[in-house]
Amino acid sequence: MIKFNQVYKRYPGGHEALKNLSFDIAEGEMVYLTGHSGAGKSTLLKLVAAIERPSSGGVLVKGQNIRSIKPAAIPALRRNIGLIFQDHKLLFDRSAFDNVMLPLQICGFDHREAAKRVRAALDKVGLLDREKANPIALSGGEQQRLCIARAIVNRPTILLADEPTGNLDTEYSTEIMNIFKSFHQVGVTLLISTHDEGILRQFPARALHLKKGELQAHSTGSGQA
Amino acid sequence: MRTLIEHFQVLRFTLRQLLLTPNASLLNITIIGIALSLPVGGYVLLKSVQTLGAQIAGTPQISVFLSAGTGTGDIERIGERLKQHTVVKRIEFVPRATALKKLQQSTGLSDIIGGLSQNPLPDAFIVYPADGNVATLEKLRDELKTWQRVEHVQLDSAWVHKLEALLDFGRMAVAILAALLSFALVAITFNTIRLQILTRREEIEVAKLIGATDAFIRRPFLYFGLTQGLLGGAAAWLLISASLLLLNHTLTELAQLYASDFSLQGLSVADSLSLLGFSAYLGWLGAWFSVSQHLWQIEPR
Repeated sequence: MIKFNQVYKRYPGGHEALKNLSFDIAEGEMVYLTGHSGAGKSTLLKLVAAIERPSSGGVLVKGQNIRSIKPAAIPALRRNIGLIFQDHKLLFDRSAFDNVMLPLQICGFDHREAAKRVRAALDKVGLLDREKANPIALSGGEQQRLCIARAIVNRPTILLADEPTGNLDTEYSTEIMNIFKSFHQVGVTLLISTHDEGILRQFPARALHLKKGELQAHSTGSGQA
Repeated sequence: MRTLIEHFQVLRFTLRQLLLTPNASLLNITIIGIALSLPVGGYVLLKSVQTLGAQIAGTPQISVFLSAGTGTGDIERIGERLKQHTVVKRIEFVPRATALKKLQQSTGLSDIIGGLSQNPLPDAFIVYPADGNVATLEKLRDELKTWQRVEHVQLDSAWVHKLEALLDFGRMAVAILAALLSFALVAITFNTIRLQILTRREEIEVAKLIGATDAFIRRPFLYFGLTQGLLGGAAAWLLISASLLLLNHTLTELAQLYASDFSLQGLSVADSLSLLGFSAYLGWLGAWFSVSQHLWQIEPR
């Protein structure tokens, strides 16, 4: 599903964010991406979503080479990837419902069918009763769940989450990880970046550990989540 | 069908955006309306003057002066010949004595004229041609000149040429004005859309991240430019119509003093549709320029 082959990412100015990365993520697998801040976790996720391109090496996502993908092909790729951001990237000029509606509008869904899907997604993350609220009125944990609802409403096959539990206390983190676990169970490929040791222990899975842009030994988690 | 619904949704969204900032929208539409109404007003004025010119030029005359000492028989023969000419509608004979009397009355030079020992004026025919075309008139003049006992033929077509030249000048001025103010319309839309793109930067970024195509992101801005241009054109139409109503009201009194029924003509249906179509197109163009200039700068990071 996702395949990195000797990937380097250099930024203008010479900073080398990723060095010689090679790994494979199979379809339906759940994988953690761990490491300190600045180790290159966000850069790696950006490569998968074609937000950045590798300086050298091959990044294959669903058979598409990100290094040579045409700009016109990027929207179709991203519709298959649900993105969950640490800073949520929610739009505060519209309701929670309309935030989740956005990906379906982009795909040109029929309004009634789309509304059904939006409510299903909001129900899944436990925000059905807040659909009319402005995201700014939601708590940090609720905002994160709203971001997840937006990422999954389009039923993508890959979910990328950048520090999804970053600023949340344990109770909220567990809630969100349970949501991810349920997606994993229905066959969605998950790549979750985190530095939360508690989560790794509570929901064990394979982890890719990055250190200064390099991949440390593959640490296979104790069994499947 | 799905695309149609999408476009309809974008249109609804655009109208909502316009209503969201009613003051700014109204101001923009008014500015566009005023900018457009100037050349369109000039056009309306020109068209009316042109019609008036055609009315007056429709009754031109040719004065045919006979040589001094032409006998009555010759005069009658020339009169008959003129009447039978295909281009001539009717003629009027002005004997030299009558001409002198008219001159005395109209110019107030009776003292000087009275002191003349003999009448210096020739007999003359005034010819009213059937056709007001300048080329036909000139041909007729040249033909009459070759006739015997005809001393001089005067065709007063110079003023028709002058009017034509003046109208050409006016047309050019209106064209330049239209070009400049069309550019202003494009610039106004360009700037409005630029501000919109800046304020909706976050939304555009998020939309790109979740797989929006460029066409999808561009569409609402293009619709906005189109709608704003169209409404600006409608504003120009209203301004012109209202101005014409006011101007014609006072013009009627003025024209009555000159025993004329001259009035400024309103915009025809075709003119109105062209105005609306053109302004909508310019709005769309301004939006398109703005979008292609600014949208690529917003890439998710």
